[in-house]
Amino acid sequence: MVSPILELSNINKSFGHVHANKDINLTIKKGTIHGIIGENGAGKSTLMSIVYGLYQADSGKIKVSGKEINLKSPRDSIENGIGMVHQHFMLVENFTVLENIVLGFEGELIFGKNLKKAKTDLKNLCDTYNLNVDLDSIISDLSVGFRQRVEILKSLYRGAEVFILDEPTGVLTPQEVDELFKILRSLKEEGKTIVLITHKLNEIMDLTSEVSVMRQGEVVGHTKTENTNREKLAEMMVGRSVLLRINKSKVERGDVVFKVENLTVKDDLDVTRVKNVNLEIHAGEILGLAGVTGNGQTELLEALSGIRKVESGEIYLNDEKISDNLGLLNPRELKEKGLAHVPEDRQRMGLVTDFKAYENLIFGYHDQEPYSKSSIMKENQILDYSKKVMEEYDVRPRSPNLMTSNFSGGNQQKLILSRELNENPKILLVGQPTRGVDIGAIEFIHQRLIDMRDKGAAILLVSVELEEVLSLSDRIVVMFDGNIVGERVNKDVTDRELGLLMAGVA
Amino acid sequence: MEFLADIASLTNSTLRISTPLIFAAMAGIFAERSGVIDFSLEGKMLMAAFVAAVGSYFFGNPWVGLLMAIVACVSLSMLHGFASVTHKGDQVVSCVAINILIIGLTTALAAAWFGQAGLTPTLTDDQRFLEITLPFADALRDVPIIGLIYSDILSGHYIFVYLAYISVPIVYWVVFKTSFGLRVRAVGENPSAVDTAGINVFAMRYKALAINGVLIAFAGAHLSTAVNANFFREMSAGRGYLALAAMIFGKWHPKTALVACLLFGFTDALQIRLQGVELPTIGTIPVQLIQAVPYVLTVVLLAGFVGKAIAPNAIGQPYIKER
Repeated sequence: MVSPILELSNINKSFGHVHANKDINLTIKKGTIHGIIGENGAGKSTLMSIVYGLYQADSGKIKVSGKEINLKSPRDSIENGIGMVHQHFMLVENFTVLENIVLGFEGELIFGKNLKKAKTDLKNLCDTYNLNVDLDSIISDLSVGFRQRVEILKSLYRGAEVFILDEPTGVLTPQEVDELFKILRSLKEEGKTIVLITHKLNEIMDLTSEVSVMRQGEVVGHTKTENTNREKLAEMMVGRSVLLRINKSKVERGDVVFKVENLTVKDDLDVTRVKNVNLEIHAGEILGLAGVTGNGQTELLEALSGIRKVESGEIYLNDEKISDNLGLLNPRELKEKGLAHVPEDRQRMGLVTDFKAYENLIFGYHDQEPYSKSSIMKENQILDYSKKVMEEYDVRPRSPNLMTSNFSGGNQQKLILSRELNENPKILLVGQPTRGVDIGAIEFIHQRLIDMRDKGAAILLVSVELEEVLSLSDRIVVMFDGNIVGERVNKDVTDRELGLLMAGVA
Repeated sequence: MEFLADIASLTNSTLRISTPLIFAAMAGIFAERSGVIDFSLEGKMLMAAFVAAVGSYFFGNPWVGLLMAIVACVSLSMLHGFASVTHKGDQVVSCVAINILIIGLTTALAAAWFGQAGLTPTLTDDQRFLEITLPFADALRDVPIIGLIYSDILSGHYIFVYLAYISVPIVYWVVFKTSFGLRVRAVGENPSAVDTAGINVFAMRYKALAINGVLIAFAGAHLSTAVNANFFREMSAGRGYLALAAMIFGKWHPKTALVACLLFGFTDALQIRLQGVELPTIGTIPVQLIQAVPYVLTVVLLAGFVGKAIAPNAIGQPYIKER
C-alpha cells in the first residue's frame, strides 16, 4: 500500500450562491498520476486552487504526507512541496525563462551568486527531465508548449513533489501533447506525484493510474483506471439523472432554412476550434448540438451569429449566402434577414447588465418602429410594450425600470428570449438556454422553444446539458474536438450512445 | 569665446531645470512599473514643496523640511494605494483627486498659517539649501575646457541636482539588478504570476509606491528650499505632468527617461535664453511663443515617437483574483 501524499477531507467552497465544492474527500497516493475528470464548471479547478493556496476553503482539512497544513497563500503550498501548472500560464511575458523561474525565490537581494547557482541547478533539472529549455530566452518568443515546460521547470526548481496540471493539453498541438506526456511519465519515474485535471477521457486512460470524477462540485466517483473504461467514465461525468422529456407534438419539418458548409473557425489564440463542419437545419425543426464544453460549440455559435470571423466555408440562410471568409454580413444585417441569437454568455453578450430591464428588452431593435421615431425613443411605447412582454414571459419582478443585474439568471434569460423570439425569426440560434436557471424557468423556456418550432422556425440548440438536448431536439448532432462526430434522430437514441460520442469514443 | 560661455550657461541651466523632472520621472517609474498609474506626481511635488518650505521655516533646518516632505509624499502615495490598490478604485481618478486636493490644501494652509493665500515666508540662507561649489572649482576656472566643464557647468549646483543624477543609476540598478526590482516589474506585468509565486501583490505595490513618495519629495524640496526660498501657489507648474511625459517617452526606463528629462530641461533653458534675443532674419520671437516650445515638444514627441512604447502590461488594472 502506497502512502498518501495529499489528503483532502470535507472541503467546501462557495462563491456567493454558487457551491463550487461540496464535501470533497480525495486521497492522492505518492508516486502516482492521479486524474481528476469532470466537465467545465464541475469544480475541479476551484478544488486545485484551494490546494495551491490561491483560494481558501470555507471548511475542510488538507494533509500533506500525513501532516495537516493550513494553506493561507501559494507560498505555504510551495513550501509544502505542491506545484501547479495553471491553465493560463503564470509567466511574465517580457521576462527571461530564468527570471520567471527565480521570481519569489531569488534567495538574495542583489543578483549574483545565487542566480548563477540557480542557472546550474536549472540546467541539471533540464537534463534530468529532458526539458530542453533555453534559460535566457524571453517568454514571449517561446511556443505554448515550451512555456508549459517553463512552468513545470518552475515547480521543479521550487522543490515540488506534487504537480497539479490544470487542463494542460487544452492549448497544445498533438505533438506537444506527446512531449508533455513523456515529461510527465519521467516525473513519475523520479517519484513525483502528478494530479492531472482534464475533461478528456483519452488522457485519463493513457496516463493515470487512478481517477476521480467530479460533477457539479462533488466527487461522484473514484476508481483505479484499470478497473474502468471510457464509457463508464463518460457516464459518470455527464450524469444520468431522469430525463424530463417535454410534450412535443409531431411537426412535419419543412425545407432547409439554414445551411452551413465546410465551416472552419479559429479562436482568439488562433487555434482552430471548428473543423470543416456541415449542418442543415429545416423549418419546424430543433437541431440539438451536444458536446462536452470546449469542443468548439462556442466558436461555432459565434461564427454563425456573425460575431466571429469565418476562416473558411459558407453559411446560407434560405439559399442566400450570408457569410464566408470575406466577412459579408454583420450581426445587425443577419438580424434583419431573420436570424436571432440567444448567446451562451448571457451577461456578457446577451445583456447590458447595467441597463434597465426595458432597455434590454428592446436593445438592438431600439431604433425601429414602434420603439423609436426619427431617432428619438418613445419611452411610453417602450414601457407599455415591456410591461406586456414581462407579463407574457412571467418575468419576476415585473418592473421594467429595475436594473437588469438585479434579476435572477432565469429572469434575465427570459428578457433575452422575449426580445429575440418576438421578432419571429426564421432561424434561432440558442446557446446554453438554461445554464444557471431554476427548474421552473427551465420548463418555461423549453416550452417557448417548442412553440417557436411549432410555428415553423428552424432552431439550433447548443447545450452541454445532455438532458436538455434529448428533451427538446428532433435531431441531434454531437461535436467533439471541432468536428461533428455523429448525427442521430432523437427518437431512437440513448443518452449512453450520445455520451460515447461526446467523449470521442464511438 | 562668448559662444562657448553661452553653451556652458545653457548646459548649466539644463542640468538644474531637469532636476525636479528627473526625480519625478524616477518616482513615476517605480509606481508605474509596479502597475499603478501615477498622475499625482504633480500634486505630490506641490505638496513636498509646501511641506519642505514650512518645515524649514519652523524648524530652521532645510533637512527637517525635506524629511517632513518625504513623510507627506509617502502618506499621499499610501492614500493613492489605499484607494486604487486595496479598494481597487480607478487609479486616474484617485490621482486627479490628490492633485486637486493638494492645490486647495497648500493654498488654504498657507493662508491660515501665514496670512497670505498660497505663499510661505521667505527662508533665510540657514533655512534653505545653498549652491555647492565643488572642490578646486575656483582654482580650475581658468584652465581651458576643463575649467569650463568643471567649474562652470558641474560646479555650483544645489545638492538636489547632484542627487538627481546619482538617483538614475541607483534606480536602474534597483529595478533591473535586484530581486526587489524583479518583483516590482513582475507585479506590473502579470500580478497573477507574482501571486502564484507566493508573493503578496498588494504589499509589492505599496512598497513601490512608498519609494515613489520618497523620490518625488526631493523634487518638491528642490523647488521651494533650493532654487526658490519660499513656496508659492502652484509652483510645481506642470512639472509633474512633464515628468510623466518624459517617463513615457523614455519607455518606463531610467536611462531613456533621463534623456527625455534632459531634453525637456534643455528646451526650457533655451526658452529662457531666447527671450528677448533678436535672431537673424526672424527678429524677436514673442515670449509667449517661446514659452510654449517645451509643451509643443511634449505633444510632438508623445504623439510622434512614442507609438512603440509598451507600457507595463498590467498598468491601471487593480489586481483581482478570479471571480
